[in-house]
Amino acid sequence: MKKLLFVLAVLVTLPLMGWGFYQAMYAAPTEATMGEIQRVFYYHVPNAMLSYLFFSINFVASLLYLAWRRSQPARALAADAWALAGAEVGVVFCTVVLVTGPIWAKPVWGIWWTWDARITTTLVLWLIYVSYLLVRRFAEGAQMHTLAAVLSVFGAVDMPINYLANRIWRTQHPSPVFFGGEDSGLESHMLAAFGWNVLAWGVWGLLVLAIRVTVERRQQEIDGAEAAAALAGD
Amino acid sequence: MPQADSKGSNWLKVVWSHLRKDLRIEWRSREAINSMLFFALLVVVLFSIAFDPTADTSREIAGGVLCVATLFASVSALNQAWAREIRHQVLDALRMTPSSGAALFLAKVLANFFFVSIVQLVLGPIFFIFFNLHPLGDVWLLILVIPLGTWALVANGTFFAALSIRSRNRELLLPLILFPIFLPALLAMVLSVKTILTGDDSDPNLLWIKVLGGYDIIFTTVCLLLFDTVLQAE
Repeated sequence: MKKLLFVLAVLVTLPLMGWGFYQAMYAAPTEATMGEIQRVFYYHVPNAMLSYLFFSINFVASLLYLAWRRSQPARALAADAWALAGAEVGVVFCTVVLVTGPIWAKPVWGIWWTWDARITTTLVLWLIYVSYLLVRRFAEGAQMHTLAAVLSVFGAVDMPINYLANRIWRTQHPSPVFFGGEDSGLESHMLAAFGWNVLAWGVWGLLVLAIRVTVERRQQEIDGAEAAAALAGD
Repeated sequence: MPQADSKGSNWLKVVWSHLRKDLRIEWRSREAINSMLFFALLVVVLFSIAFDPTADTSREIAGGVLCVATLFASVSALNQAWAREIRHQVLDALRMTPSSGAALFLAKVLANFFFVSIVQLVLGPIFFIFFNLHPLGDVWLLILVIPLGTWALVANGTFFAALSIRSRNRELLLPLILFPIFLPALLAMVLSVKTILTGDDSDPNLLWIKVLGGYDIIFTTVCLLLFDTVLQAE
């Protein structure tokens, strides 16, 4: 059943990503001032939005872990698997954001990188979640789950700061395209290309997330069985 | 409400007794302050030699050097603050007492804040001499900025030292978690110190000092709320 679902999901995801690529590269009109390089936008912004989604999954799952860790340990472990998967997929999406940003900035600004509020907080966000994954490596046993969940709360505090950065401060990073006041918004063909890419990358991310959760749940089963065997004295 | 009153004063009493203990230990050993002082001095000397700054550039970079020097120096002391409690299972004993972990945390933060502030007071004049500083802005604002930045460093540092002390590579883990989380405060602190030393009008509304204050309030609250979870993690 799981295998069938997996195959179906892959069969949906791959054409969707192909369609998203076609929309971004060929269907959307060329932007007037920036030219072809503006097409990076169809990858940069969807990935940024989706990285918020996955970091939020990590945050909610971490809170659930903290709430359940004493009363319902089995459920708490499931929440922990979701938290781990959310952080890992989120870091991948955030990496795409940090890579596509400079690719766009070099021709448009003439520099790869600048330390303005939006870009710096994005880098901080990435660093915090990488350190989250490091904590999961370095700490051991059940306390690792708790410590990681606590760290996740600090990552979540940085998320709204990152979102608001180019709304509060005047940054070199372009002002918001969506929900950014009167001049924001997109031409309809561009909006279509943008929407398709959000959908395609979102489905792809959720698929990877689901696979990662399944793998982690199996790992937890193996670890649990090993611990039980050690207790039984085998 | 006499009961709530006595509860509050009890809480303060716990904070005070922890604080008094930490101050007494430090008074007898002078481990933390001496090592921090020497380490910070070394960093300042290294920077002066590595960059050989002129008067103008030293005004630009001095804030950053001071912040980074205290940052590096305090990391070692913060690790020690909790490592001391691990010897003779003091930490386990503290976990079993009915008093709140937040009180223990606050006392540790206050003690470390005191130590780091002493280091900065000693270091400050040396710093002015080594870098030939003639501040051009409102020097009295430093009295506001430096403690705010130090508080941000010490509150987060104490929290994450308690978190990383429970992992395998405890000394290595603290900077890996602390630096990313501290980055926004470092940025705010460095920019406000730079504005004060160079006397430029880039920040007329003292925006960065407000950011620093907001950062302190948010992160101290989160630390206080989550400290029990970290202390009781098992």
